[in-house]
Amino acid sequence: MSEDAVLVEEKAELESSESTQQERTWQPIILGILCNWCSYAGADLAGTSRLQYPESIRIIRVPCSGRVDPAFVLKAFRKGFDGVMVLGCHPGDCHYAKGNYYARRRITLLQDLLKALGLPEERFHFEWVSASEGNRFAELVQEFTEKIRRLGPFKGVVTPEKKTL
Amino acid sequence: MRIGVFVCWCGSNIAKTVDVEKVVEAAREMPGVVYATDYKYMCSEPGQNIIQDAIKEHKLDRIVVASCSPRLHEPTFQRCVEAAGLNPYMVEMANIREQCSWVHDRTPEATQHAIDLVRMAVAKVAKNEPLTRSRLGITRKALVIGGGVAGIQAALDIADAGYPVVLVERTPSIGGHMAQYDKTFPTLDCAACILTPKMVDCASHPLIEIWSYSEVEEVNGFVGNFEVKVRRRAKSVDESKCTGCGLCLEKCPVKDIPSEFDEGTGTRRAIYRPFPQSVPNKPVIDRDHCRYFQTGKCGVCQKICPVGAIDYEQQDQVVTEKFGAIVVATGFDVWRDERAMAQFGYGKYPDVISSLQFERLMNASGPTDGKIVRPSDGKTPRSIAFISCVGSRDEEHGYPYCSKVCCMYNAKQALLAKDKLHDVQTYVFYMDIRANGKGYEEFVRRTIEEYGANYIRGRVSRVYPDGDQLVVKGADTLLGRPLEVRVDLVVLATAMKPHDDAKELARKLGISTDQYDWFSEAHPKLRPVEVLTDGIYLAGACQYPKDIPDTVAQASGAASKVVGLFSKEAILSEAMTAYVNEDTCVGCGLCVEVCPFGAIELVEVVDREKSTRDNQVMKKVARVNEGVCKGCGTCAAACRSGSARLRGFDTKQILAEIDALADAALAGRQ
Repeated sequence: MSEDAVLVEEKAELESSESTQQERTWQPIILGILCNWCSYAGADLAGTSRLQYPESIRIIRVPCSGRVDPAFVLKAFRKGFDGVMVLGCHPGDCHYAKGNYYARRRITLLQDLLKALGLPEERFHFEWVSASEGNRFAELVQEFTEKIRRLGPFKGVVTPEKKTL
Repeated sequence: MRIGVFVCWCGSNIAKTVDVEKVVEAAREMPGVVYATDYKYMCSEPGQNIIQDAIKEHKLDRIVVASCSPRLHEPTFQRCVEAAGLNPYMVEMANIREQCSWVHDRTPEATQHAIDLVRMAVAKVAKNEPLTRSRLGITRKALVIGGGVAGIQAALDIADAGYPVVLVERTPSIGGHMAQYDKTFPTLDCAACILTPKMVDCASHPLIEIWSYSEVEEVNGFVGNFEVKVRRRAKSVDESKCTGCGLCLEKCPVKDIPSEFDEGTGTRRAIYRPFPQSVPNKPVIDRDHCRYFQTGKCGVCQKICPVGAIDYEQQDQVVTEKFGAIVVATGFDVWRDERAMAQFGYGKYPDVISSLQFERLMNASGPTDGKIVRPSDGKTPRSIAFISCVGSRDEEHGYPYCSKVCCMYNAKQALLAKDKLHDVQTYVFYMDIRANGKGYEEFVRRTIEEYGANYIRGRVSRVYPDGDQLVVKGADTLLGRPLEVRVDLVVLATAMKPHDDAKELARKLGISTDQYDWFSEAHPKLRPVEVLTDGIYLAGACQYPKDIPDTVAQASGAASKVVGLFSKEAILSEAMTAYVNEDTCVGCGLCVEVCPFGAIELVEVVDREKSTRDNQVMKKVARVNEGVCKGCGTCAAACRSGSARLRGFDTKQILAEIDALADAALAGRQ
């Protein structure tokens, strides 16, 4: 291998590592909508347990995942958030008996709607996190942030290709 | 609008990660903010003074405190601003400790995160409106579910404080498991001698009504105002006439029903009371076994009853009654899974019995009048093996948890067996000895040292018969060798478990259970007798295995909670409740359907848009009963016209948070 070739290769390596470096340091902005009784308490527990996770998530507290109007999620994507997480109590644990079941139904429809509208459903995450699952909360934020980093910044609504019948 | 922002250092908890000064600087630039400052401990008295002084000096009308979780100190700061003359709901918290400084390293991003959280709180508080809590009345009458020692103690304590109590018990008599026991550790008090006077006190207390043979069917309402349906099963005996003479009990021809109270070691008749000291001491007819109810022929009890108390025509009654508070004291069941206990031969060999059965054999009012004999041949056993942790600490076959009381009753039973049968050999197979109560360890030592019980550390792998004896095969893990012991009787310390229908009752009450179906307390350390639903309290082993002292202590705790509630003049409703804009509501009823509490109903109102002076047009709209509403906001998310709204978490507040964050954090992205 000639000296030049080695140099070129090294440079390419350096560049690629720089770009991954960039990917790693790019901090996405993720909106988290958490129910007060389970998931918000779970996030608090992650704090009291000093579990580290990325600075990406900004949390809005709602009383119940049943309070989450799908419009909140649509609004967040319109505003250009890189990702949105909705977290609620596990089935059967809802402080209000069944709010999380309503949330589940609405979110299922919302996911279909995101697809139909050409919105990035892969940037949306819905999960159960209990008040005792601080660990799980930290892991979820970590994983979701990494996923969003791979996807890159959200560049706005993409129009789906027109399909001819 | 004049918003004040107060950033807390929390000592070094926040300040070591977040650049607090930068947060204050950024806050000063936020829309509506006229004042921002920081302090080392905002929640302390000087910290609260800073807030109160600033409210006066800068005429602040809205406050943001950037500190710890609102779940911790929101009430603190609400009280703080209220004292300074603001409505307590004009304060919002930015959680920059639990959800920022504690989970990040000291980086510019962490500070940025904190600034964003403050920005969201500022945007939200700008849309806050003053809220009030309305005063609701209290029905000062308590319902106690379960008539074991927990329920009895709770009922007595509440009634002694001067409030009426209804004690609902599923079986024909109160007393619960404690009535089945012979003696209690570590004092060896006779269980009946300390329990039955309390049972009688309950029955004779002017403020306690005992509804035995009854079950809770439905629970509605909320703290101070529960409405409970109770099914009072037909006893087929007119309690107002019955004198409890017991003639019918002697003459009933159906004799061979295994007695539930004696755990199957004895029998009872079709008309029965569980035990001679039952309270109420009046029999009931078990219709599933009664010859009259099964074949239509018999009627012996009716013929023999000297006061004509037998009433075959009685029907179940469903009674609806109002209560202000509920104490759940439903206790436990014991593990009876014969298949899972096959290795010990339970259910297969008659001389392998459970500890509760052994308790009945030792009890002077039990089927053997307190003589310890083998169920198979009635002979006195010369050796007994007690096996602990049967179903407890056994994830594979039973439950992973420790049933807590078995080590102690094993020791008690070994001691009492020796006391009654002087030449008996006792063997106790154990994993660990957990004797962590007052006088407990000393008691176990006494069993071993003074009563010569052979304690063998090791689990038992099998129990099998050999001649008319049983061989217990196990290991002595202290000596590190396998072991076989031949005994006449084997007693299994079976696990305590929740009732099979515990989950069902939890659903009726709207309370939660853990993975095993024990009822969950509101906080494992700080709120051990409350549940997350206000006005419902736990007592005894329905929460987790407990011994009698702990059960009684918790029952008194629950009772004092009830008395505390009843001694209030009124209770305050939730402030963050839903309401409906009746002008825009189309009366579709979707919110009515989704409301988990039945707090919304459709009502007819005058349609102001369509009505003229001469012609009144009516329309249906949804209306929220604010006393019942818990503020979950499901209606607000479901409403298609945006008419159902939730105070404190209104759509415009949440959208303001999203907007503010997006405009700042995502600015210049595209």
